[in-house]
Amino acid sequence: MQIINFTPITALIGGILIGFAVFLFFIFNGRFAGISTIASNVFFEKSKKIDNFLFLLGLVIGPIIYSLFFLEIESEITDSLFIISIGGLLVGLGTRIGNGCTSGHGICGISRFSIRSIVATISFILTGIITVFFLGV
Amino acid sequence: MTKIISLISGFIFGLGLTISGMVNPEKVLGFLNIFGAWDPSLIFVMVGAIGVFSPLFFVFKSRSFSISGEAINLSTNTKVDKNLLLGAGIFGIGWGLVGLCPGPAISSLSFLKTEVFVFVIFMFLGFYLGNQIVKKFN
Repeated sequence: MQIINFTPITALIGGILIGFAVFLFFIFNGRFAGISTIASNVFFEKSKKIDNFLFLLGLVIGPIIYSLFFLEIESEITDSLFIISIGGLLVGLGTRIGNGCTSGHGICGISRFSIRSIVATISFILTGIITVFFLGV
Repeated sequence: MTKIISLISGFIFGLGLTISGMVNPEKVLGFLNIFGAWDPSLIFVMVGAIGVFSPLFFVFKSRSFSISGEAINLSTNTKVDKNLLLGAGIFGIGWGLVGLCPGPAISSLSFLKTEVFVFVIFMFLGFYLGNQIVKKFN
């Protein structure tokens, strides 16, 4: 194994901000910031539509404000629209069937020691690793 | 009040994703490339987020209402079932194909790239189909 592009400090700072955001949403709004659920509910659930939409709007504004004050944001994505379509579809499908994603299970769930979320997180990291091993980079 | 908090929470979350580099699919795929050239940064994002939220959660978890008066309903479902494993497994495959999960996908809309818009449209199609499947089989 070879380690590359490792950025522990910015990763930790970003993580702390995410944890703080999740706490705000919990203590003020009484909800867990699981993004797949929030995003799906904007379209497919009647209650809290505006709250959910505003959360997503905040997510979009985050990088915009960052880029106004700091360096350029690096982001490299595959240019194969076929892979992107399949990937997007599987991410949407899987997070609804499994009831959560990296934020809902990986952060909110693990923080409260939920067995379901710990199992889910191990599962999606494993299939992610297997996918990259056979098809990726 | 819940509206302004939703916006602020989303904003701070998006800032965190940006600073940590998680809006870069290449970096996320680097984390999943554990048998190749590995980038362990994502672990530190998780540790930072859980390290902040977990202790605060346990301090405040006995509250029945949030500060804005919303009921706090903690899920009581503890069963690891087929749906959980199947769904998480499918999600991981999509995550490994592109390197985007729902949060970074939404945040990345700000870059105005066709690829990200296509990903998000198909992700919402997946949400719709997933919701239908869960409704049908439960």
